[in-house]
Amino acid sequence: MSTMMQPTYLHRPFTLVSSKMDNYRTRSLTFAEKLDCQPGQYVMAWLPGVGEKPFSIAGDDPLQLMVVDVGPVSHSLHSVAEGQRVWIRGPLGQGYRLVGQRVLLAAGGYGVAPLYYLARKALAAGMSAEVCMGARSAEDVLWAERFQALGVPVRVMTEDGSMGERGLVTKATEAAIAAARPDSLCACGPLGMLEALDRQCEQLGVARQLSWEAHMRCGMGLCGSCELPAPQGEDGSLHRHSCQQPGWLACLDGPVSWKE
Amino acid sequence: MGSADLTCRLLGLEMKNPIVLASGIIGTSSSLFLRAAQVGVGAVTAKSCSLQPRAGHPNPVALDWGAGVINAIGLTNPGAEEEVHLLAEGRRILEPYGVPLIASIFAGTVEEFGQVAALIAQARPHLLEVNISCPNVADEFGTPFAAVCESAAAVTESVRRAVGKDLPIAVKLAPNVYNIGRIAAAVVEAGADAITAINTMPGMVIDAHARRPVLHNRTGGLSGMAIKPIALRCVAEIAHAVKVPIIGTGGVNTGEDAAEMILAGATAVGVGTAVWYRGVEALGTIAQELGAFMQAEGIRSLDEMRGQAIR
Repeated sequence: MSTMMQPTYLHRPFTLVSSKMDNYRTRSLTFAEKLDCQPGQYVMAWLPGVGEKPFSIAGDDPLQLMVVDVGPVSHSLHSVAEGQRVWIRGPLGQGYRLVGQRVLLAAGGYGVAPLYYLARKALAAGMSAEVCMGARSAEDVLWAERFQALGVPVRVMTEDGSMGERGLVTKATEAAIAAARPDSLCACGPLGMLEALDRQCEQLGVARQLSWEAHMRCGMGLCGSCELPAPQGEDGSLHRHSCQQPGWLACLDGPVSWKE
Repeated sequence: MGSADLTCRLLGLEMKNPIVLASGIIGTSSSLFLRAAQVGVGAVTAKSCSLQPRAGHPNPVALDWGAGVINAIGLTNPGAEEEVHLLAEGRRILEPYGVPLIASIFAGTVEEFGQVAALIAQARPHLLEVNISCPNVADEFGTPFAAVCESAAAVTESVRRAVGKDLPIAVKLAPNVYNIGRIAAAVVEAGADAITAINTMPGMVIDAHARRPVLHNRTGGLSGMAIKPIALRCVAEIAHAVKVPIIGTGGVNTGEDAAEMILAGATAVGVGTAVWYRGVEALGTIAQELGAFMQAEGIRSLDEMRGQAIR
């Protein structure tokens, strides 16, 4: 049976070795095992009897996930004790690509997770990186010190001005792009932020890779649940963000879209 | 040199190739229909809809278990009323590509099948597929309609009465029955114009470490390469039993798989799970591969191949 298919997409039990609170609703989970994956890909984390949800990958060796307490599965993941197991399916989806010499990262809130993993890979590949972080308030700014520990310059924007500069992350990215033009902008955050960054990059002629959050169910491009809503164009036709094709499936084609 | 002719005639429909996006796979929006058309699919089947909207099952709803996929999505759909708009929009978008749109319906009772069919007919799909074989769809005794000749025929009659003669109907059969040829004969007798076969094969995947089934629904439908031999056998049996066209579906991942399905007696070939293995592009790639296979084998048309393996 030398041609036997390897069932790589079955869930595998991973043992939790550390669960640390990052802020009022966010935990970093670190596992004993490593995962062969790329920054920007995601996994499905399953707690038998509770449910299964997608999470972006914050580190591969060992596997690290950032879990925001927003629903029953993430809430249960917060109370998994060290030494207990979480079932992991994946990696799934298309991640970020390392292109050129210089990458600009743009994170909205907990969008920092895959970008921290990407920053480490970029630095290991000899590239330079800088990160712009946007959040509602100081308490929503995550992992700024981790990026600083890597030697990655950090620009922080908060909507209420409680940390860094007051305003949206696009203000920081505009300044960063003006100061030193990146070969690619890599972002992860809410829909509105990504749309704004897409427009900004289009205007400035910057290649971008954007990671979109969507309602993922099967994770396999089959059920159609994760198709992003298509904004209605002025002529009534459907149009896409510049990075996407019609019927773009976040779980299979993404979560990262890219445009040169 | 001339290339092989992939043109496929299914009932009154003219398709540029025999590849049909199978129901339940990405058939949830007009932009996804468009994408399937743009990669070169022959026809598109929408995801099955019911009278009322359904949210479907909680995760896990699907996984790749190594030799195929298992799923229990739970027939997520927006309900017939909303589906009519989606289908009408889809038909308009597919028109310039010459890609026919197949609607798909399911219901909990014989009467309700008729009600849903009457509503969906308003969207004027090119073909109406009647899904009597989803494991989630059962009669009042808990048996899928597709399991027994009488109930399969009753649903077919109910739908036929509801839509009249103008809209052709295909009935989608289940593989896990004693004699699929008899069931096909019963639905054709009751008014079906075509047969789609097969639906997924009921199964279960258990995680030994977790000591429980993986799917939230516990059981699900198997698809992908594991079920191809089952599908070929079913299509062959149906082709022996009835004269109507068959949309042969189950485990088709390559052009050669599609050729096998036609050799077993299929007129058109459903493709679904291949989207997971090869991306949405598979819907076009498989058609191209089929063309290349026919060319290499000196086969000029689909008619020449159809049913050749079972004569």
